[in-house]
Amino acid sequence: MTNTSLSLIQIRKLIQRQNLFDQLVLVALLMAAFSSIVVTGGILWILISESVSFFSQVPITDFLNLNDPKWTPLFDDKNFAIITLISSTLVTTGVSVAIGIPMGTIIAIYLSEFASSQVRELVKPILELLAGVPSVVFGYFALQTVTPFMQQVILGVQIFFAPGRDEFDYYQLPGFNMLSAGIVMGISIIPLISSISEDAMRAVPKQMREGSFAVGATRLQTSFNVVLPAAISGIIASYILGISRSLGQTMIVAVAAGTQPVYTWNPLEGASTISTFIVEVAKGDIEHGSLEYNTIFVAGLALVVMTLAMNLLGHYLSKRVREVY
Amino acid sequence: MEVIQDQDTQVKAQVRNFSFFYGKNKAIKDVNLQVLDCKVTSMIGPSGCGKTTLLRCFNRMHDLYPGTHYEGEILLESQNLLALDPIEVRMRIGMVFQKPNPFPKSIFENIAYGLRIRGIKDKNVINERVERALRDAAIWDEVKDRLKDMAFNLSGGQQQRLCIARALATDPEILLFDEPTSALDPIATASIEELVINLKGKVTILIVTHNMQQAVRISDYTAFMYIGELVEFNRTDVIFNNAAQQRTREYVSGQFG
Repeated sequence: MTNTSLSLIQIRKLIQRQNLFDQLVLVALLMAAFSSIVVTGGILWILISESVSFFSQVPITDFLNLNDPKWTPLFDDKNFAIITLISSTLVTTGVSVAIGIPMGTIIAIYLSEFASSQVRELVKPILELLAGVPSVVFGYFALQTVTPFMQQVILGVQIFFAPGRDEFDYYQLPGFNMLSAGIVMGISIIPLISSISEDAMRAVPKQMREGSFAVGATRLQTSFNVVLPAAISGIIASYILGISRSLGQTMIVAVAAGTQPVYTWNPLEGASTISTFIVEVAKGDIEHGSLEYNTIFVAGLALVVMTLAMNLLGHYLSKRVREVY
Repeated sequence: MEVIQDQDTQVKAQVRNFSFFYGKNKAIKDVNLQVLDCKVTSMIGPSGCGKTTLLRCFNRMHDLYPGTHYEGEILLESQNLLALDPIEVRMRIGMVFQKPNPFPKSIFENIAYGLRIRGIKDKNVINERVERALRDAAIWDEVKDRLKDMAFNLSGGQQQRLCIARALATDPEILLFDEPTSALDPIATASIEELVINLKGKVTILIVTHNMQQAVRISDYTAFMYIGELVEFNRTDVIFNNAAQQRTREYVSGQFG
């Protein structure tokens, strides 16, 4: 032994100090992790407690009413059929998914399997830029650019199939419509879907691709038959995130899809989504604790339940199809 | 270099004045080598000697990555395979990799994949050829009752035999093995070696191994490579017992490696 080495007592003291430090750090980490649970729980508690107050005044059958779907909580003749708002939320989300999922997936396949590294280095920052565009800008893009464009397209299609009529005989797409809002919402989720899907595909081991090339497959065959199935759980996760974001998206629909709570499944019409209703009511002056006030929270709860159901479905799906490699 | 004479075999492939480059780096230097039909030829040498790089030239695997190029010829029978479409080359020359790499598909679909790529749609043909490939790879009895199971559920050795079956299903003219047992335990290794020996006479095999005993056990011919050059090529017993080159004798006797 040299005289720089520690005595047994010194070693025990050192370990004791280390153990105490470890315990303190552990408590701090636990509290940090717990805080997210507390916040989620708090939000849910407020939503639920306000909703309980709502349901003490409005029978739940009115809320779930499908036969006479009207949503008029601010009028004298009050109706609370939430399906009115859910239908438009699903329509705008549906349109956005129809645009965002195919585009996002195609971009991800291209970037992961085909693009040279130079192209990838160029395209990825541009996509990230798209992800950074504020949603209110997307909203006005939908209202001021996409809607006039879609009006021209729809008019053009009608003139093509039934030419020679008076201009006002043709169907005119309204200025506020769910189609444009949905399209732009779809564009806004492209970066989310493409970047997560691309990460999932690039995580597929090189040997697996080489195995496919070695039996004589082309790049396209390898992408669709081997890489895509291998990355499917990550790809589904990206779809779920995209859908959840569209469900909760507020500014784009509030600006471009209209604010009338109309029960419709037609994307060519304008209608208020759940999030649009919340933002419309919340910015008006309503009495704190009133029934009108409670409707904000019950609508919010409906939205949370939809998003939660989506996430659970996604979790189930990606677990079911997860590949181990 | 001298041509190995063997009365009952023909030359299946011939590497002529062949060099390969990663960018400007000459990884394979003026190699001449012949691969005899339906024999097992092994390539040995210390890490980084270029044996795997040379093997991957035979099915043009390097074409997948930018910045590589070939010089010289690799004749497959009489055609220079470096002048062919790489997809055609890979359709004719199969490969088994270092780590088992089954696809995220069922056991059946793993084998059928190569057939489907070749446009074979007839179910009976596919069923029959999948069974034959699995039998040839000595894995049929273990998997015949669970062909619809995911291939990932198999053990490592089974996965590697599945990959051999996958390569066999499309009747390759040459089968390339890249250190096929380096990720396997001794029992699985023995079964793969036995399989390779049983494939002799049916298919031409070119195998890279870092295990000299394995080369002795399974190969008819052995090529010794060192720093991108082919030092010596001869019958396996000659290379290991009576090599002409000093460096070969040193390597096979374990003096470096």
